[in-house]
Amino acid sequence: MNPDIILSIRNLKTRFFLDEGTAKAVDGVSFDVSRGQVVGIVGESGCGKSVTIKSILGIVQKPGEVVGGEIFYRRRDDGVQEPINLRDLDDRGEEMRDIRGNEIALIPQEPMAALSPVHTIGNQLIEAVRLHRDVSREEAANICIARMGEVGISNPEERMGVYSWELSGGLRQRVMIAMALVCGPKLLIADEPTTAIDVTTQAQVLNLLRRLQKEQNLAMIFITHDLGVIAQIADYVVVMYLGRVMEQGPVDDIFHNPQHPYTSALLASIPTIHSGTREELPTIGGSIPHPFNRPKGCPFYPRCPGFIPGKCDRFTPVPSPVSDKQSVACFLHSDAAEETE
Amino acid sequence: MSSETLSPDQNLPEEADAISVAPNWKLVWWRFKKHKLAMISGIIVIFIVIIAAFPGFFSTQDPSESRTRGSFIPPQAIQFWDNGPALFAYAIEGKRNPRTLKMEWITSETKKVPLRLFGRGYEWEVLGLFKTDIHLLALVNPDDPPVHILGTDRLGRDQWSRVLHGTQVSLSIGLLAVFLSTIIGIVLGGISGYFGGWIDMFIQRLIELLQSIPPIPIWLALSASLPRTWSVTQGYIAITAILALITWTGLAREVRGRFLVLREEDFVVAAKLSGCSQLRIVFRHMVPTMSSHIIAAVTLAIPVMIINETFLSFLGLGLRPPAISWGVLLQEAQNLQSVALAPWLMLPGVAVIITVIALNILGDGLRDAADPYH
Amino acid sequence: MLVFILKRLMLLPVLMFVFSIVSFILIQAPPGDFVTSYVAELAASGSSMDQVQIEALRNLYGLDQPAYVQYFKWISRILQGDLGLSLDFQKPISELIGQRLLLTVILGLATLIFTFMVALPIGIISATRQYSFFDYFFTVFNYVGVATPTFMTALILMWFAFSNFGITITGLFSPEFADASWSFAKAVDLAKHIWLPMVILGLDGTARLARILRANLLDELNKPYMEMARAKGMPEWKLVLKYPLRLAINPLVSSLGWYLPLIFSGSLIVATVLNLPTIGPLLLRSLISQDMFLAGTIVLTYFGLAVIGTLLSDILLAWLDPRIRMEEA
Ligand SMILES: Nc1ncnc2c1ncn2[C@@H]1O[C@H](COP(=O)(O)OP(=O)(O)O)[C@@H](O)[C@H]1O
Ligand code: SF4
Ligand SMILES: [Mg+2]
Repeated sequence: MNPDIILSIRNLKTRFFLDEGTAKAVDGVSFDVSRGQVVGIVGESGCGKSVTIKSILGIVQKPGEVVGGEIFYRRRDDGVQEPINLRDLDDRGEEMRDIRGNEIALIPQEPMAALSPVHTIGNQLIEAVRLHRDVSREEAANICIARMGEVGISNPEERMGVYSWELSGGLRQRVMIAMALVCGPKLLIADEPTTAIDVTTQAQVLNLLRRLQKEQNLAMIFITHDLGVIAQIADYVVVMYLGRVMEQGPVDDIFHNPQHPYTSALLASIPTIHSGTREELPTIGGSIPHPFNRPKGCPFYPRCPGFIPGKCDRFTPVPSPVSDKQSVACFLHSDAAEETE
Repeated sequence: MSSETLSPDQNLPEEADAISVAPNWKLVWWRFKKHKLAMISGIIVIFIVIIAAFPGFFSTQDPSESRTRGSFIPPQAIQFWDNGPALFAYAIEGKRNPRTLKMEWITSETKKVPLRLFGRGYEWEVLGLFKTDIHLLALVNPDDPPVHILGTDRLGRDQWSRVLHGTQVSLSIGLLAVFLSTIIGIVLGGISGYFGGWIDMFIQRLIELLQSIPPIPIWLALSASLPRTWSVTQGYIAITAILALITWTGLAREVRGRFLVLREEDFVVAAKLSGCSQLRIVFRHMVPTMSSHIIAAVTLAIPVMIINETFLSFLGLGLRPPAISWGVLLQEAQNLQSVALAPWLMLPGVAVIITVIALNILGDGLRDAADPYH
Repeated sequence: MLVFILKRLMLLPVLMFVFSIVSFILIQAPPGDFVTSYVAELAASGSSMDQVQIEALRNLYGLDQPAYVQYFKWISRILQGDLGLSLDFQKPISELIGQRLLLTVILGLATLIFTFMVALPIGIISATRQYSFFDYFFTVFNYVGVATPTFMTALILMWFAFSNFGITITGLFSPEFADASWSFAKAVDLAKHIWLPMVILGLDGTARLARILRANLLDELNKPYMEMARAKGMPEWKLVLKYPLRLAINPLVSSLGWYLPLIFSGSLIVATVLNLPTIGPLLLRSLISQDMFLAGTIVLTYFGLAVIGTLLSDILLAWLDPRIRMEEA
């Protein structure tokens, strides 16, 4: 494993065992994250982005379960420490808890829902510090106040005493960012951090995240369903569809040289200044199949314009390299297929 | 950008997604079927309803017939085996204890009272339509002493037959009271949830007020003010109304909550935009969507009514003899003396408990099936 | 917070006014006026009352005047602290109710504390260990608890104690303390007797509250803030105790609003079976003998207890949940 890589996911599989059937929420996902790199995961909602990161953090709850794959993670930052497989750790055990929040921190999708409405902001921030640092309440409070200042929250002392629902959406997300940073993590995971807030605030939060990432040379996984946002922040892009990776590669290659029909379709649906009003927005034809009823073959074939009858609906393509940085799972590029079970 | 369907799923295979296209009630039924305990409870409830409809058929004796020489006879077991399949009960004989002068009932070990299925007994009316004397269980020789499966009470009345007839009264009171309160609840809850605004405010305050009233004293006071000269039927109707009067609030809240959710849903908005009248929207579109929730809520309300009727009658303020309900029967077991003397007088309580548990499990199963994510 | 409490307190007289009208209607509900039925009752038992006395009573209660005048006379006498006379007992109502009211409140509070102490752990265990043996066991316990009328529980326990140990478990005091004035020994004696009615009364409520708590907790356990707390690296037990419980307990506290009145009035039935010296059996007796002023006063007392219970639960809720505090203030 390249010493720059701090997280390497190999063939991750997470399923939800429901009464109606088994949902393969994440089905063989692989990608790497290097020091100082921002990896963007993009895909329509329900494609398994959140479940992927929950699997990394070991917080998938019943009826979900990580059933396969490896999550290699390099705990110490000196580049020589052998990576450990997070899947070998007990999800509720001490070591995993020591990594969660301390080394790998999460910025959740909906700050409103992720904050307890009956505890003050300060209470929840201080708790995040004291879970990992042996400091007094006052010291913890000072750390939190300093972090809140760094993420651009004015009057941090005062804000410690308020409740989440007394803050605006943008401030709430800043609180979440401060909370993620209080322990000085190595890897920051942001799950659609800008989805729940309005457009102007979105830009501010994006700028803030980019600045913090650069300053602290953080590794970051940035999740969004919006390719437009990816273009602004990511170095490397992973395109997911129905629990599988369709294409991945450096951001420039993905945007200027997309190889997968799904990526192309996604790119075509980004609103640009020229595309005019919302009504004219081109969308991808067809809807996402139900996760319990995923078609056999390539997951995208019911909506794919390049559909090859007799092939795409019978065999499942696996990612194969198209250049040294970019890989694609599509029969238009390679015949590599999954062995049928 | 995910769900807008501009072009049909041209490539989708034939075996399309059954789950996403199944109608609502079918989904509910599928989920309900998986709930084994609720299925069993449902069957028990059906059984209880059958008993309530034809109590005479299952009875062995006229429930009102008293026998002065047969008071406080303990329950007699039905025997099914006598060197081969058989159907009989051991006779029971009373002896007066010369010292205490109390009757003591001793089961004979030799004298058998043969029984048969579908035999003849006293006459009873089928749903008030015609009369018959066929019973599930009857004496082979009409001259044999009667067999009391659940013993007899103070006046020598057969408790088994009384419990069965009590089923009819208690269950129907529960049903009727819930029916009444459902109507009030749906109308007021629906108005409240649909229109919102000050109407909603007013109805909500009214509900809160009613809910903060302790119900039992009100029930007692209301029932106590019923004239004692009223007939059994009048009393029955009055008690039903009294029960319904206080309990509609819970249902109204449920319905209102559903309405608030539904009001925002697409199809209601669509119906509004297409110019449907408000009443039409409510009754054509919204009420049917809620029906599974309402059925669940109603199922859960019936046992509450049954227990409340039991309370009232037990305290002597509900139905009054000669009416027969579970509460009236339990009145016989009101103090330690009678319970110590004849513990089987508490058995009607078992009927209450079984029925209430079955209805509650059934209701919970229905609710879970109607709303799995709640 | 203060504003919130003051607001609630201001509502109190309004509620009591409404409830006093309801009580008065209940008093008036039986056909015929009560003096007539009282005279008839006296006659039936062989004694009688002279015309002057009857007229005096009629005047006192304003029986010849319209209903609102009668209500006004009744309520103003109550406000002056004169609850009137029980015709059945021939005693001042205040004297009849006083001691019994105290015992009713004590029993109610004891039941409440018992209920919460039992329902909380049961609810937490069954939610966090969903589908475990515990969960199933308590589910069964809950169904049986809810389905058994309280008087049945009382009867069964009474019968059990009597037939197995030959003891009679009725009343709240041993005979030697029943009429004694309050002393430490009497309080101890009360504590020895109160647990049984407390358990019987609390069983149903415990079952209900544990179920409510379980359902709420299960809801909360899947909320994003739980995920967030996990992602922070919080141990699971701490997580459950800190976040969802705080939120799941809210509906429980607001359920006090209906649960307290239920305990108070539910104790009526148990008290009747167990022959407890609370106001319940007194209400029953007054209703059966149509001693309507006594009955009305007791019903009003129940309303009062309920209103106070709701008030307390509102305040507690506001104290627990900052959102409510803000919204209402
Ligand atoms: N708690 C859950 N229970 C059942 N299925 C779930 C659950 N969470 C996620 N899933 C399944 O996983 C799929 C992916 O979900 P998710 O990762 O949240 O999507 P997104 O890409 O929008 O973050 C969903 O379509 C759903 O089928
Ligand atoms: S494999 Fe076939 S169906 Fe899938 S994306 Fe490629 S061309 Fe389309
Ligand atoms: Mg997501």
